[in-house]
Amino acid sequence: MSMIYYLILSGILFTLGLLGVILRRNAIILFMSLELMFNAANILFVAFAAYYQVLSGQLFVFFVMVVAAAEVAVGLALIVTIFRSRNSINVDELSSLKG
Amino acid sequence: MQLETALMDPNFALVPWVVFLPAIGLVLNLLVGKRLGERGIGALASLASGGAFVVAVLLALGLTRSPEGATVPLVDWIRVGDLSVRWAFRVDTLSVLMMLVVSGVGTLIHIYSIGYMHSDVRHNGDPLRFRRFFVYLNLFIAMMMILVSADNYLMLFVGWEGVGLCSYLLIGFWFEKGKAGIGNAQAAKKAFVVNRIGDFGLLLALFFLFWNFKSFDFAVIFAQAPQVAAAAPWVVLAITLFMLLGVTGKSAQIPLYVWLPDAMAGPTPVSALIHAATMVTAGVYLVARSQALFVLVPAAQNAVTWVGAATAIFAATIAVGQYDIKKVLAYSTISQLGFMVAAVGMGATVAGMFHLTTHAFFKALLFLSAGSVILGMEHGAEHGHNGHHLDPQDMRNMGGLRKRMPVTFWVYLIGSLALAGIAPLAGFFSKDEILAYASQQQPGVFIVLLIAAFFTAFYMGRQVLMVFFGQPRSDAAGHAGESPAVVTVPLIVLALLSIGGGALNLPGSLWLEHWLEHSLAEVHAGEFLLPVAAGSLAVALAGILIAWLIYGRKPLADAKTPDPLARPLGPVYRGMESKWKVDELYHAVIVRPYRALSGFLAGPVDQGVIDGLVNGIASLFSMLAQLVRRLQTGYVRTYALAVLAGVVAVLAYLATVSFR
Amino acid sequence: MPPLGVLILYVIIGLVSVGSAVGLLVSRNAIYSALFLVLNFLTVALLYLVLGAPFIALAQITVYAGAIMVLFLFVIMMLGAEKLTESSLRVRGLRVLAVVLGLVFAAEVALFLVVRGGIPAAPAEPALTFGDPAAVGLMLFQQYTLPFEITSVILLAAMVGAIVLTRGDLKERQARRAALEKKA
Repeated sequence: MSMIYYLILSGILFTLGLLGVILRRNAIILFMSLELMFNAANILFVAFAAYYQVLSGQLFVFFVMVVAAAEVAVGLALIVTIFRSRNSINVDELSSLKG
Repeated sequence: MQLETALMDPNFALVPWVVFLPAIGLVLNLLVGKRLGERGIGALASLASGGAFVVAVLLALGLTRSPEGATVPLVDWIRVGDLSVRWAFRVDTLSVLMMLVVSGVGTLIHIYSIGYMHSDVRHNGDPLRFRRFFVYLNLFIAMMMILVSADNYLMLFVGWEGVGLCSYLLIGFWFEKGKAGIGNAQAAKKAFVVNRIGDFGLLLALFFLFWNFKSFDFAVIFAQAPQVAAAAPWVVLAITLFMLLGVTGKSAQIPLYVWLPDAMAGPTPVSALIHAATMVTAGVYLVARSQALFVLVPAAQNAVTWVGAATAIFAATIAVGQYDIKKVLAYSTISQLGFMVAAVGMGATVAGMFHLTTHAFFKALLFLSAGSVILGMEHGAEHGHNGHHLDPQDMRNMGGLRKRMPVTFWVYLIGSLALAGIAPLAGFFSKDEILAYASQQQPGVFIVLLIAAFFTAFYMGRQVLMVFFGQPRSDAAGHAGESPAVVTVPLIVLALLSIGGGALNLPGSLWLEHWLEHSLAEVHAGEFLLPVAAGSLAVALAGILIAWLIYGRKPLADAKTPDPLARPLGPVYRGMESKWKVDELYHAVIVRPYRALSGFLAGPVDQGVIDGLVNGIASLFSMLAQLVRRLQTGYVRTYALAVLAGVVAVLAYLATVSFR
Repeated sequence: MPPLGVLILYVIIGLVSVGSAVGLLVSRNAIYSALFLVLNFLTVALLYLVLGAPFIALAQITVYAGAIMVLFLFVIMMLGAEKLTESSLRVRGLRVLAVVLGLVFAAEVALFLVVRGGIPAAPAEPALTFGDPAAVGLMLFQQYTLPFEITSVILLAAMVGAIVLTRGDLKERQARRAALEKKA
């Protein structure tokens, strides 16, 4: 399958993830959109690794996954903590740093 | 005039002490005065002033040996580019004459002030201010000495400004008193501001001098003056006319004389020292010193002469209608200064300086005696029983004081006769010399001065008759008593000087003229013209006679009786009484528009435009910050959107770049 | 050009992938969104397999779909936050602006990735042992040892952070325990 396919798919998925981050108020869904963006980037990595026959691309995906996992763990812990004090996970309510 | 010679008379090196001794006196009074007590303070200040007098005498003795004088440099002051100015003292006959007058009369006034201020600070309720008075007096002597001993115009200007400052400080000595609680302070302010206008003229003259002569030194300027005058005569004319403006300010001539009557708000010794004998003569001294410049421009000399003559007669008419004892003397001072200024303007510098000296004697005497009278009236008011507040200076409240204050009466009489120009008292010789010169050179001026002399005799006669003769017109006058010896002794000394002062320049010996000719460029021999002398004496006697006819034969009955002249002269008398409304005219024409201008500049311009501009810039930034602040919404989603927008922009830029 | 059947397969995978992403985006229910995401991950894993990265594909399923999404579901269920209140954000046109900018962004990405050219049509057929776990493992432990060790530190930090954050301080714990005991 041509490269174009993977490039376009990746672009679409990334854009969708981006829109999800901006448009969704639920913090958890925001995180999930973030994971979507990561995946889009991973697709690109693996596609180029396959195209150029370079294995490092796949290893990058490995590291991205690890870091994503760590980030999700801490992020969800934060959300839980915020929920405990405010009883809501609406990111629009976390606006006390307004200027 | 020569500059310093290698073999300078050793006395001349003492000249810095005429300034340092009063300065040391004032510093000592400031530091330890509180511990000395009133007598100590007064003695210290009088010793400082007396010391200056002794030094002046020693300098005079030195001058008898080497009359051409010397310049005694002290220290370099300014060295900038072409300009080099030193603190240097000029010891010559003219400056030493002024030094003797200032320190001599000044010391007597210091001694007088011990007694006068002792009463005055208690009358005004602040005994601790005694020391301040003597500090100011010594400061004044020091500044006046700087003025008269200066070797260059800049140092003279320092002294000029310094005496102006002391005048302000001393007029406003009782700054919280006076009309409506600020009258004295306002008088001091008026003196300072009006003098400022004169000083502005002098400053312009100094600027012109520097620009054209590249130096401030008298010697340099007077040597180069003829060439500069030949090359550009308008320069010297401008210099001299601006100097004239300064003279009208300091020496109270038309149009800047208005501060001197108001300056009577200060204590009487101040009026005597500063506003009769010494500071106001600074202008006359300036013209005498700058004679080398004035002779080159006859137009300026004419201007000076006529300003003096006009002032002489104008002020004399005002004096006729005044009934504050000090105001009469103030206008008399202005009138006599007019005589002096007219004299030096005409070129009779010796006559002018002679009159300056004799006037210092009898005018100081008159002021101090007036102070004695006021003291007596104040004592009388305290011991008498009158419910309402009485003005101790109003002549209408006086009367019959010759029986209650005999010493004061006699010295006052001597002073008045000297002022009126009755032979053989001092005033006769000095005034006569001026009139003689005028009759020969400028007949118009002679007529004007003669009329002024008539008025002089008239108002002095009026004053003596109103104050000392008749019956006391108030309780205060009825209970007045003679002043203590510390007050009357200086009066007696001054009276003796007033009697014998004419000896300075008697027609035969012309001693003063010989003394001064070493310092002045042109000296005209003073002639004794019998017709003029007889005429001036006759005029003076006529004035006194008419005064006696009006005020002496039928003295005023009580304080409320109007002046006998009021009805016959009608509007003329009212004009004289209201000082010809000059103050009101200045107020309407100058002060009010200026205040409006200041108000305008302070309000709309300063607060509106300038502050608005500055504050506007600040508020502009504040507004910008308010706008920018909106970016921080606090919502994460908008931040993410901003990041997205930034990424889009950067990618767009990269797209355009990479696809070129 | 691959044969038609393979082409159809690719199209279906692509559509499912994009469709599940859109489903994640628009779904009002958080559980549904999570499940859509799982679907997306699965399609991506398929793509990895096709691209000759078997190890990565299975790692994707295990780590992403298996661990991360499970964590997400745990949190969703714990917080019970399926419904949301009205937003206080009053920026009008945020949605429109976001969509517009997103489209522009997509266009730019397309511009860069596609139009640039120089990319040949199809990648070379990968060798069978290309994405072999053995080969990946070898490279991981030989060339990328340091990053590997660092990732272990990252995971440790994440673990500790998560525990500390959710544990709360003493007062909170006591309050929670008291609330639990009250309920019991």
